[in-house]
Amino acid sequence: MTFRLSSDAMRLAIPALSLTLLLAAVFWLQPRAMSYVGLNLLFNLAVPIALATIAQMIVMAVNDLDLSMGTFVSFIACVTATFLRDTPVTGVLILVGAIATYAGLGVVIHLRNLPSIVVTLGMSFVWGGLAVLLLPAPGGQSPDWVRWLMTVKPPLAPMAIVASIIIAAVAHLVVMRSSLGVLIRGIGGNPRSVERAGWSIVAARGAAYGLAGFFAVLAGIALVGLTTSADANIALRYTLLSIAGVILGGGEFIGGRVSPIGAVIGALTLTLAGSFLSFLRISADWQIGAQGAILIIVLAFRLMLNRLEKQEKGR
Amino acid sequence: MNGIQKAVIAVDGAKVSFGAVKALDGVTLRVMPGECVGLVGHNGAGKSTIVSVINGGLTPQVGSVASDGERLERYGINAARVRGVRCVFQELSLCPNLSIVENTRIMHRDLGGFGWRTRAEKIIEQSLDTVFPGHNIGSSRAVGDLSIAERQMVEIAMAFSDAGIAPRLVILDEPTSSLDASLARQMLDHVRRFVAAGGSVIFISHILHEILETSDRIVVMKDGRVVAERPAHGFDHHGLVEAMGTVAKEETGQRSSREQPTAPLILSHQAAGLSFTAHEGEIIGLAGLAGHGQTELLLALHAAQSSNWRPERDPLVTFVAGDRRLNGVFELWSILRNFSIASLGDLSRRGLILAQEEETKGADWKRRIEIRTPDLDNRILSLSGGNQQKVLFARALATRARIVLMDDPMRGVDVGTKQEVYKIIREEAARGRTFVWYSTEMDEVRLCDRVYVFREGRIMDELAADAVNETNIIAASFSGVPA
Repeated sequence: MTFRLSSDAMRLAIPALSLTLLLAAVFWLQPRAMSYVGLNLLFNLAVPIALATIAQMIVMAVNDLDLSMGTFVSFIACVTATFLRDTPVTGVLILVGAIATYAGLGVVIHLRNLPSIVVTLGMSFVWGGLAVLLLPAPGGQSPDWVRWLMTVKPPLAPMAIVASIIIAAVAHLVVMRSSLGVLIRGIGGNPRSVERAGWSIVAARGAAYGLAGFFAVLAGIALVGLTTSADANIALRYTLLSIAGVILGGGEFIGGRVSPIGAVIGALTLTLAGSFLSFLRISADWQIGAQGAILIIVLAFRLMLNRLEKQEKGR
Repeated sequence: MNGIQKAVIAVDGAKVSFGAVKALDGVTLRVMPGECVGLVGHNGAGKSTIVSVINGGLTPQVGSVASDGERLERYGINAARVRGVRCVFQELSLCPNLSIVENTRIMHRDLGGFGWRTRAEKIIEQSLDTVFPGHNIGSSRAVGDLSIAERQMVEIAMAFSDAGIAPRLVILDEPTSSLDASLARQMLDHVRRFVAAGGSVIFISHILHEILETSDRIVVMKDGRVVAERPAHGFDHHGLVEAMGTVAKEETGQRSSREQPTAPLILSHQAAGLSFTAHEGEIIGLAGLAGHGQTELLLALHAAQSSNWRPERDPLVTFVAGDRRLNGVFELWSILRNFSIASLGDLSRRGLILAQEEETKGADWKRRIEIRTPDLDNRILSLSGGNQQKVLFARALATRARIVLMDDPMRGVDVGTKQEVYKIIREEAARGRTFVWYSTEMDEVRLCDRVYVFREGRIMDELAADAVNETNIIAASFSGVPA
């Protein structure tokens, strides 16, 4: 028997390869980035994006899509910069309430058989409105412990790298290794079979959304730790970035095929693509377009490999 | 002797109907410990429905379910699982994105806690080793990466696996359909071992010799009822085929036996097995058990005659979908629009729809096939299922296509409407239209001039004229595996 990579390993190989290539290109353009400080600067904004990507990934694991990710993270950032600093107890209560709301959304979406994109699109305006109510103008201040956490200097590797590894490991444990994770992915793969085995799909869907809410809350807190203050529109990009990160990391929109490690790598790749383009001295006007081009190239590469794999199987 | 006291599961007088269709009409079925019950019947006999009742997925509207002599009021999926009822379904019932071990975790709810992976791995590998010795399937592989036969092996092993609650009744619904002979042998041997150890099995298969040699008792179903029930040695191959069909033998004269070997050939297709031909004005039936390749042939015929990019000027074929909700009606549109969508090419000039002509044509067809509605501008969903189906027929018939492909379109349609549609089909055929009709109902197949019988994706037999009768069709659909 010849050695063949499992499809899961293939799924991870492509994002890892693209990140390595991009990193090599950045180092080649700017060798000084190859240092403790340089790496931290390159990647520290990736930490909240990685957390938001994990949140999005959990929603996508049950065949749904969360279009409120950006405004939700913004809202959490505003709560962190105001309540969580000034009155921690109220702040924590608000955050717990937000996670409960997310879980509730999952339940409503399942019970009423609503399209998740419609519900979350509607909720994005709710979160956005709440954020503006909290902070009509940019301001607030990050709690000191959050600031400390995001600027800590661990030995060996910079905070951004250590944090990414921890996020990937925890998410992997929860989504890929735990019973709950198996159940959540099972719903994405074949809900009938999960139901026939006697599980409550409503509860599992609610748990998935709750878990996603939890990671999104962490994303908001981490973001404020980096920026020191918040603003109602601070994370609007995160909705699309998180979706792109999941797909880039080998996840799929339907079928419960997700990879937490891939998702974190995807988030890192997306952040790095921005820096790479700056190093190339591409003007800011073109950067978003160029970022899109990188995304398309990587995804096209993946589709190509998928097709090859399918052909091989067909034989 | 007290049968009910001992029965693992006893279903008593179960009636289930879906809308106008009676899926179960008072079925009583008891399964004793240490017994393998063979369950056979043609399409729509109610086999899958009784399976759903037993595994708790469906509550009968009338009738009761009892287990170990205790009548169960609230019988559901979990109650069934607690009593050790397991099921292998016809279609894939594992999560393709998960590994075999993870699927085991899903199947056994109380396997959780630290280290479940090791436990699940042990359970499923042990079961695979027992049922299929020398199987060579790694339990860490994703189910989606397995071949169809391997998936089925895993499903069977999953049903026989024991994680705390031992399986007592295993329902096998067409378990051998994608296994080769030696694997099927292994599975049947395991069924016998399981039964000898006191377990119970309900075994559904279209391969009759498997049923005959594996079962202790055979139950024959037809039209939602049990029509025969005897120990397996009381049946032989021929007797089983007879029992499945003969109830309505006298109605052979229904079809006017028109012979048209001289009509010009209009379509031919090299399908798997016998080749398919169609003459002008013929009604051709596609028969056999559901899901054995009939729909695939219709789709292939359609694909071969139409282009992906441009609509044909003069399409040769048109399609009447079977699953109305899924690919038949446009739910938000009016009846008129649902009707005219297929013939818009004829109803428009320079890209604009001629509203007047559309209305005239709609009114014309409304009268011809009697769509019961005060106004064609009403929403399509305001119609009953049967009338919706008539609209779909009108949609197809209003085109200029010479061939109408029908994918079991009369599912869930009431008898009156069916008769009306049959009349229309006969009229249209007399005018030279050709119909290719896949139907799961014997009455409809008997209306056809010529019938192709499918088995495992291949055309196995061709019946013409007076040979088109229930006995022949059932015999061909259940023809034994080449020995």
